[in-house]
Amino acid sequence: MAKYHITAEINGDEVEYLCEPEQTLLDVLRDELNFTGTKEGCGSGDCGACTVMMNGRHVCSCLVMGVEANGAKIETVEGLADGEQLHPLQEKFIEHAALQCGICTPGILVASKALLERNPDPTETEVRYWLAGNLCRCTGYDKIIRAVLDAASEMRGN
Amino acid sequence: MRYEAPESLDAAVALLNEESGTARVLAGGTDLIVQMRAQMVEPDLVVDIKKIDELRSISQVDGGWHVGAAVTGAEMNEHAAFKAAWPGVCEGTDLIGSTQIQSRATIGGNLCNASPAADSVPAMIAAGVVLTIAGPGGSRELPVEELNVSPGKTTLEKGEIVVSFAFPARGAVASDAYLRLTPRTEMDIAVVGVGVSLELDGDGTCTSARVGLGAVAVKALLVEEAAKALIGTKVDEAAVGAMAAATSAAAKPIDDKRGTKEYRIKIAGVLAKRAAGIALERARQN
Repeated sequence: MAKYHITAEINGDEVEYLCEPEQTLLDVLRDELNFTGTKEGCGSGDCGACTVMMNGRHVCSCLVMGVEANGAKIETVEGLADGEQLHPLQEKFIEHAALQCGICTPGILVASKALLERNPDPTETEVRYWLAGNLCRCTGYDKIIRAVLDAASEMRGN
Repeated sequence: MRYEAPESLDAAVALLNEESGTARVLAGGTDLIVQMRAQMVEPDLVVDIKKIDELRSISQVDGGWHVGAAVTGAEMNEHAAFKAAWPGVCEGTDLIGSTQIQSRATIGGNLCNASPAADSVPAMIAAGVVLTIAGPGGSRELPVEELNVSPGKTTLEKGEIVVSFAFPARGAVASDAYLRLTPRTEMDIAVVGVGVSLELDGDGTCTSARVGLGAVAVKALLVEEAAKALIGTKVDEAAVGAMAAATSAAAKPIDDKRGTKEYRIKIAGVLAKRAAGIALERARQN
């Protein structure tokens, strides 16, 4: 079976890869390109651990074929920080201890960033509904929601 | 498995028609990729239809709306004018999965996956949506409620693709609503879903109505008896009560872990009544 030659932009860099049509974008990111920040939880779009940005929208990378990313702009959790400077969401997750095992965290950070880009001043209810597809079995969610709201506040300049 | 992403409808139809093995259309992939991973389907060919421009747009046509089959739920809900025209349909798409799923899942996929519990479908049946279907023999039109047969089965022939969803023009005093029952508020599958669309004249008399009912039969249903109970009335308590009873009577659910048969039949009427109330309130505010 011939592999497909794909060119995509990942975290601002042009990346080329070869992939089988059976590979998901998640498989490609982790196994071919070593972007292991993106995690696999359920593999069926239920848990949100594999959330990445694709052409400006947050998607479950386990539900995207690797070949579909041809010409796409992808952003993973590795692209959140600016060099050594963490993104405000990352800083607030640390400050609020909004993670324990950490498997869900990259997906929640990416999904939260997508929310704040659309809605810089969300209510608690809006944050909870937006993140309904990101499961966390450790924290009970409360610290995550507080961290997102606090990051939003800081990003608005408060 | 081969992957193709044609840029024209004709090319997509030809690819599907010429494939001798199993071919599948890929739109948002939120059902297909899950089924492929579970080996429920092992296609020889996947045809990605997202590069075909006419499948990706929402446009106003003759006072109504055309929505391309590969338009996502998120795009429908972000389209302010479409959402104002058909709030009930957008309520349906807004309930499908997570925000991640809504970034990808399409209106065409929600229909063609042929789940009786698909949230956008009862609302589209209520809206009176007519499909345009392209195939090797040309194109044809079909009322949305006639596409599906049973879970996972559609009436689409080999090589056929649903291209667009036509929402009819309607009067100024008109609106729609969709309600579903789920044990959780998010990330769940409908136990019952009801869409109601209605139109009133200047005196507040209902001139047309349609009721769509999901998750209580082998496919989503158009409930004509329920609509008849509203047409010609002021949508008063007696009319809405008769409409609810007709909706319950049309429900032919199974018992399963998410709801008993008796419960679903009862709830079908309850949701129909509430959805009619919301649609009426919206219509009067228009």
